[in-house]
Amino acid sequence: MFLTCFKKEKKQKNIACIILLLFPWKDGVVLGADTRATEGMVVADKNCSKIHYISPNIYCCGAGTAADTEMTTQIISSNLELHSLSTGRLPRVATANRMLKQMLFRYQGYIGAALVLGGVDCLGPHLYSIYPHGSTDKLPYVTMGSGSLAAMAVFEDRYKPDMEEEEAKQLVRDAIAAGIFNDLGSGSNIDVCVITKGKVDYLRPHDEPNKKGTRAGSYRYKQGTTGILTKAVTPLDLEVVEETVQTMDTS
Amino acid sequence: MNTRGLRSQLKDSVPVAGLCTQAGSYGVQDPLRKGFSSVKNELLPSHPLELSEKNFHLNQDKMNFSTLRNIQGLHAPLKLQMEYRATRQIQRLPFLQSSNIALDTLRGNDESIGFEDVLNDPAQSEVMGDPHMMMEYKLGLL
Repeated sequence: MFLTCFKKEKKQKNIACIILLLFPWKDGVVLGADTRATEGMVVADKNCSKIHYISPNIYCCGAGTAADTEMTTQIISSNLELHSLSTGRLPRVATANRMLKQMLFRYQGYIGAALVLGGVDCLGPHLYSIYPHGSTDKLPYVTMGSGSLAAMAVFEDRYKPDMEEEEAKQLVRDAIAAGIFNDLGSGSNIDVCVITKGKVDYLRPHDEPNKKGTRAGSYRYKQGTTGILTKAVTPLDLEVVEETVQTMDTS
Repeated sequence: MNTRGLRSQLKDSVPVAGLCTQAGSYGVQDPLRKGFSSVKNELLPSHPLELSEKNFHLNQDKMNFSTLRNIQGLHAPLKLQMEYRATRQIQRLPFLQSSNIALDTLRGNDESIGFEDVLNDPAQSEVMGDPHMMMEYKLGLL
C-alpha cells in the first residue's frame, strides 16, 4: 500500500506549510514532509520538523497552523500513551484517528490542523488523512498541504501497490521534491520517516535539495593595494581637568 | 429556616440561564462575588464556540444518558446520576482547590488529558477568593 500525504500551508503566524506524504509500502508506511514554515510571505523556519511522534509505532505529519498541529499531536500522544497503559497493548492507528477526529470536530475547524496519520499496528500498516473540521479518509496514498497537488501528480503517475522499501522512499522523495520546487509554500529539505513492524527510521534530513550556496569569490583587497604618498604624525597633548567617581549601587 | 443556606448546597444542579446572571440577592448586581457585569457579554457570545464549549459536558452527558436509557433501561442513567451527585459533593472548603478524584474516576477523566488540564493550572491562578467571606457565603451567614 502506498500512502503519501502532503500537508497544506496556512497563512498564519508560524504556520507550517508542508508537504506531507504518507506512503504504505508492502509491510510498512513511508511518511514524508518538507521543512519550511512560513509566516505570511516570509519563511519563518527553514528547517522545522513536521513529522511528529504519537506513539512508538505511529507518527503524524501536520500541516496548517504550526502551534495547532504541535499541541494537538502532543495531547493525542499523551492520551494514547495513557490508553495503551490502560489496555496493556500497542496502540492502534484507528484509535489515534478516532481521538483526533473527535477533538477536531469538537472545535469545529477553529483548530487549524490538517494531519496525516500513519503507522503500523497489529493489523498491518494504515494511513489516514484528517482535515481541520474533523473528517478523515483512509487511503492507500494521501497528500496534504499547499504542495499537495504537485505531490499527488507524482503519486498518481508512479504509484503501484506493494512496492519495495527503497522504491517507496524514492517515490516519496520525488513527490515531495515536486512540491518543494513547484510550490512557494514548501521548501528546504525533505524529511522521511519509514515505519515498519517493530522499527522506525526517522531520516531527518533524508535529502537536501536546497543547500545554501557558498560564496565563490571575495571583495577584500590585498594588503598594500593602496599606495601611501606622504605621512605626517601630530601628537595631541591632553591634560586631565576633572576626575569624578560615581559609585554603583550594588546593594 | 435559612433558605439561602440551603440554596447554596444546591450548587450541583444544572444551571438555568436566568434573565440577569449577575443578580445576587434582591435581584441586584453582585460585583463583589461575580465581578463586573457587561450587558453585551451576557447577550452575545464572544466566540462562535463559546456556548458550545460552555455546555459541552452537559450535552455529552445528556446524549450518553439517553443512549444508556434506551439500551439498558431507566435504572442505568438514574444510578449513574446518583453516583455523580454523590461524588460532586465531596469538596474541600470553597476557597481551596478540590481534587475531584472520585468524580474524575467516574467520568473517566483520570485516563485522559485535555486542554483544561494543560491550560488551567490552579497554581497560576490570578484570582483568589477571600476565605472568610467565601465560608460565610457558603454557610448563608452573609
